[in-house]
Amino acid sequence: MILSFISLASTGMTLKFSYTSWAHGLSRAFGGFESAGNIHRFAATVMFGIFFAHLFDLAFHKRRELGGIKALLFGPDTMLPRKKDLQDIKASFKWFLGKGPRPQFGRWTYWEKFDYFAVFWGMFVIGSTGLMLWFPEFFTRFLPGSLINVATIIHSDEALLATGFIFTVHFFNTHLRPEKFPMDLVIFTGSMPVDEFREDKPAEYEKLVASGELENYLVEPYQPIVVRTIRIFAWSALAIGSFMVIWIVYAMLFAYR
Amino acid sequence: MIMLSLMDRDATAGRRNRRAGWAATVVLGLFAGGAFARSNSDCLDCHSDKSLSTKRGGRTVSLFVDKAVFEKSVHGAADCIACHADLAGKHLPHDAPLAKAQCGSCHDAEQKLYAECLHGKAVARGDGLAPLCQDCHGAHDILPVKNPRSAVAPLRVPFVCGRCHKEGAPVQLQREIHQDRILENYSESIHGLGLLQKGLIVSATCASCHTPHRILPHTDPRSTIARRNIAATCARCHAQIEEVHRKVIKGELWEKEASVLPACVDCHQPHKIRKVFYDQGMADADCLGCHEKPNVVASKDGRSLTVNPAELAQSRHAKTACSQCHSGVRPSPARPCATITTKVDCAACHAGVVEEYQGSTHGVLAARQDANAPTCRICHGTHGTLGKLNSQSPTFPINIPTLCARCHREGEKAAVAYIGNQHDITTKYTESIHGKGLLQSGLVVTAQCTDCHSAHRELPGNDLSSTVNPQNIGTTCGRCHHGIEEQFARSVHAKKAGATDKPLPVCNDCHSAHTIRRTDADGFKLTIMDQCGRCHTDIAKTYFDTYHGKVSQLGYTKTAKCYDCHGAHDILPVSDARSHLSRGNVVATCRKCHAGATRRFAGYLTHATHHDAKKYPFLFWTFWGMTGLIIGTFFISGVHTALWLPRALKMRRERKKTKAASAGDRREESAAGPETGEEGKTDHE
Repeated sequence: MILSFISLASTGMTLKFSYTSWAHGLSRAFGGFESAGNIHRFAATVMFGIFFAHLFDLAFHKRRELGGIKALLFGPDTMLPRKKDLQDIKASFKWFLGKGPRPQFGRWTYWEKFDYFAVFWGMFVIGSTGLMLWFPEFFTRFLPGSLINVATIIHSDEALLATGFIFTVHFFNTHLRPEKFPMDLVIFTGSMPVDEFREDKPAEYEKLVASGELENYLVEPYQPIVVRTIRIFAWSALAIGSFMVIWIVYAMLFAYR
Repeated sequence: MIMLSLMDRDATAGRRNRRAGWAATVVLGLFAGGAFARSNSDCLDCHSDKSLSTKRGGRTVSLFVDKAVFEKSVHGAADCIACHADLAGKHLPHDAPLAKAQCGSCHDAEQKLYAECLHGKAVARGDGLAPLCQDCHGAHDILPVKNPRSAVAPLRVPFVCGRCHKEGAPVQLQREIHQDRILENYSESIHGLGLLQKGLIVSATCASCHTPHRILPHTDPRSTIARRNIAATCARCHAQIEEVHRKVIKGELWEKEASVLPACVDCHQPHKIRKVFYDQGMADADCLGCHEKPNVVASKDGRSLTVNPAELAQSRHAKTACSQCHSGVRPSPARPCATITTKVDCAACHAGVVEEYQGSTHGVLAARQDANAPTCRICHGTHGTLGKLNSQSPTFPINIPTLCARCHREGEKAAVAYIGNQHDITTKYTESIHGKGLLQSGLVVTAQCTDCHSAHRELPGNDLSSTVNPQNIGTTCGRCHHGIEEQFARSVHAKKAGATDKPLPVCNDCHSAHTIRRTDADGFKLTIMDQCGRCHTDIAKTYFDTYHGKVSQLGYTKTAKCYDCHGAHDILPVSDARSHLSRGNVVATCRKCHAGATRRFAGYLTHATHHDAKKYPFLFWTFWGMTGLIIGTFFISGVHTALWLPRALKMRRERKKTKAASAGDRREESAAGPETGEEGKTDHE
């Protein structure tokens, strides 16, 4: 996911900002524009694959795990927004301003849910317009040709939103947050220290302790060497993302046409 | 007039005196009147009558004098009685016949010579056939000798003399003339042919050898045609003949008269001057006699005057004689080349080219005595001039760029004085497709400097008659690229009456003047959009907002560029059915790259921009909608993050403190064991 996203973002940005000098350099690094385009389309296919794999996973594994589609969609561990999320948002702002305690987050915090659906939204918008741009002859059999122009704008601006958001807001929420800094490895390892868990997601912790299932979820941590490799990968991704953001900001501010 | 006042005397004496007085008056009056009555108009009163004639010796002789002719003649200002002196003091009408006019009253030198000569003596003898002045020169219509219409102008001389001396004339039959068929022989001789066929008026005529007023027989030692004087007579024109005479006397005369030096006429019979066909350039050997020596220099400035005969023999002018170019040479008994005062004028043979050259910038500068201006010899050389088809010649096509570069290379004299916008011309040309074709591939017909700028008519581009002036460039390039010129003339960029007054592009606006590149090279393909963009600025900018434009900026040349859709030389307005982008043709144009293109596909807006709310409103609003979404999202997230940050920092500090405290506790409790990365238990998600 991370790899395909970063590939898509960087190849796409060289085209969107093709009038800047860094884009020229970057496209050369990809082996020329044609090759950058191929990488972009390949990564897009990978991302479609990941998307469908996730849907598949949802359909078969998660549903079974959580006990049926109703529980998946409407239970306490759902990704869909609930009343509690609204309460959490209000409580968070109060906490920011020093007017209340930190909210007791459950399985999924509201910003994690937002990130999740942003991806869905992004997949839909960017993916469909991207397909239109990839196969214009096919789509113009039943769509007017001027929609290709519209698709270009939507695709590139939505991509700008997505990449900008990921490399700033998401990075902060997940990695640059001072309590998590330098990064949260949970996406890679699938596990976090129990103490952290207790502080971060207190509602979830309470629930597991109460039901006695906490012991089931305890695992040995990974070997240091594994952790180190993961950290290196994560740092690289972080670095690339940060550079991209800087470049994008520079292009938008100083070189925009 | 004296009037005697006789009124007071007595009547008789007064009457007698009065009669005498009247008689005196009348006589005086007659005398005075007689003097006045002799003006030309008085003579012409009768003699301007065309029918006036008299009989003389059985023939009717006209006495008509044409006033207009007379006034134009060399004697036009003179009085009639100046020549007809015996009319002085006579009344009119005068007694006929008048004595012959005496030319000697003014021309006494000629008269004296004439008196000594054959003709003069015959006249003195009263020979009726003898020629008088008027027989050769005319009477009332004498023109100066230098005037070609004079009766004794060189071209007329043989006919004047021939009147008496032609075969069958009374003079030839009845007098002792020792030459026969004079006129016939003369007219076939080289002198005669030169004069009569070729109009060379400096050819020898009768007058040249026989001295017209002093014609003496060859036996007379004073005669110009006496044996011992003949050489001097001939050498008046054939000045150097003694030095250059080729034909060795065969030995015949030596055998016959061993001790006698031959005179010209011994071999070259008079009147029958033999036509000799001399070798072309025979005299050149005489020039080369001195000028092939290596140390021959000019006395004025010491420049070398050496001519390399081998170089000359290989040149285009090998068959041209020295004097054909150095035509200022005159016959001289000393060095004829000393008479040359003028530079060689190539226009003598190459008049057309020189005229063109004089109109060119080079010619104008040369006329101004500009030291840097190229003259004929600078480019073509002098004695070693080779034709332009000779590969050694500096004017051979492959060598021309080098030739022009002598002055037009950056830093050389012409480039330094140049005030236009073309720079590094020779370098650019060498790298251009024309330059590569010519210099690397040796393709001799490729365009080089003179093909576009003309060889002798170079003018700057802002001159209307220049071959590289914008209105002429199409024709110039079209000399080779004819098909393109035709296409272009039908396109929207060609100048058509009343179509537009905006400046229209010509060949060099898109292709540049000297850096003309292969059109399938990437460098050309990408820069051409700058060319279109120079005039079509707005639409070029919008092109770069589309996918084609963006990708082309990364150097991708396979994408559609201006000319892929619009054509290059055959651009037509979209409303024209022949345009590549007309309704009927546009899908085919898209299909050049997009095989499955349909009409809807061609609905793609190739120059759409989201900046134009009027033209493309839905793009404009889509863009601003997306932008609003982006701004909104970042704003909210940004606020959220900014507010979170201080809380998050506080949390981190607290966690560090507790971690340190608990670590200290645990170390005291447990036995030493390997510290794992994270504390003990982890939770699987």
